[in-house]
Amino acid sequence: MVGPVLRVVDVSKSYSDLHVLKGVSFEVWEQEVKVIFGPSGAGKSTLLRCINLLDPPEKGEVYLCGQNLMAPETNLNAMRARIGIVFQHFNLFAHLKAIDNVSIGLRRVKGLSKEEAHVKALEALDRVRMAKWANHYPAQLSGGQQQRVGIARALAMDPDVILFDEPTSALDPELIGEVLQVMLDIAKTGTTMVVVTHEMGFARAVASEMLFLDEGVIVERGTPQHFFVSPTSERVKNFLKQINILYGSHEELLKRSNEGGSK
Amino acid sequence: MTLLLTAIGLLGGFVLGISLAIMRVYGEKELIWIASGYEKVLRGIPILVLIFIFVFGIPGIFWFIDPISRPFFGVFLALGLRSGAYQSQIFRGAILSVNPGQMEAARALGMSRLQAFRHIILPQALRLAVPSWSNEYAVVIKDSSFAYSVGVIEITKAAYRVSANFPVLWAPVMGIAAILYFIFTYPMTRMFGERQTKKLKKLGMGGG
Repeated sequence: MVGPVLRVVDVSKSYSDLHVLKGVSFEVWEQEVKVIFGPSGAGKSTLLRCINLLDPPEKGEVYLCGQNLMAPETNLNAMRARIGIVFQHFNLFAHLKAIDNVSIGLRRVKGLSKEEAHVKALEALDRVRMAKWANHYPAQLSGGQQQRVGIARALAMDPDVILFDEPTSALDPELIGEVLQVMLDIAKTGTTMVVVTHEMGFARAVASEMLFLDEGVIVERGTPQHFFVSPTSERVKNFLKQINILYGSHEELLKRSNEGGSK
Repeated sequence: MTLLLTAIGLLGGFVLGISLAIMRVYGEKELIWIASGYEKVLRGIPILVLIFIFVFGIPGIFWFIDPISRPFFGVFLALGLRSGAYQSQIFRGAILSVNPGQMEAARALGMSRLQAFRHIILPQALRLAVPSWSNEYAVVIKDSSFAYSVGVIEITKAAYRVSANFPVLWAPVMGIAAILYFIFTYPMTRMFGERQTKKLKKLGMGGG
């Protein structure tokens, strides 16, 4: 393909007085995995919602394969069908079984027959290792299983890019692994992905580029190598330190609590 | 006759109620204004007055129907229009209690607003509405007894006639009528109300 799959140009968004995004630009090329991270309130989720225009940006442009999503003549529904999204809280359709959650988009949006959609949906469920659970309702599944169905729902549509909005942050710790594993698998098969996450292990493994977003702007960008070895800005260093305490080495935490205790 | 009146009254109210609820949830200002105005007016008029209006007040509306069955249609219209006002509230509540994430996920898949409503929101809202809806059934079946006042033969009217001919039987006949109403009401509300609440729980919907 010529040109990037996704091009975000100077996107701004505010809710009343609050400027959530202040001119964010980046490109995602085919088979790239872009990881966006940053403190809460930085505008990460808003950015994803701006990309598929669930929340249209006030300023700036979003292009999917060269087509301007903001242009009035664009058929937004058709374009959204080409942008998958995986939600933090899964948002599976509560009244539908796993298999129907995955196939309903194929049937109603892509116009596949019931049988074709069923076959494709089952394939997608198989890719996230949920084929066995096809006939269960969302409420009968664990959070990790629900999220995997959510990923299958996005995958089945064969989108140009899949957006992940903190896919593991609503999960119990022991369920995060299975979801990350599925995400790693699909990243390795060349799926173009934009992932908002704090899972630095995942980022380190597959990110082609990482963007650090804070207060509505991209503060720093670079490869995982860059961020984990030599981040330049103070904010990024601080943030990564926090993340480290949360997910990784306990030394930092111990040091702190010792300092606190001696005071 | 009671059951027929109830059934078509509920059905009419159902169609009207859903339309009004959609107007109130998704409509522009004017539509919301019309729908909520309609609800306020219809909920403020006693059913007997409504029946009188449609049977005696404006007899011309059913010019195309045989005069003998006109009262029946008048009652049907009164029951349906009023039930619509109540059902609108039921469905509005149900639509609003579907998690907003559901609409989002549907739109994100590329569904139009209409598709998302038809395939995702409405099926869930209808399930959520069943318990309150079974109450509405209980209300309408009992309201249908007012039809006797305009000469439609339903349970109450029939009981009244029998007891007029055999005054000694007044108490037992009315007792039987009451039991009939109960038989038609209680098992239905119980079945729909409780079973559906359980089912909803299984789907993790409704927070009940």
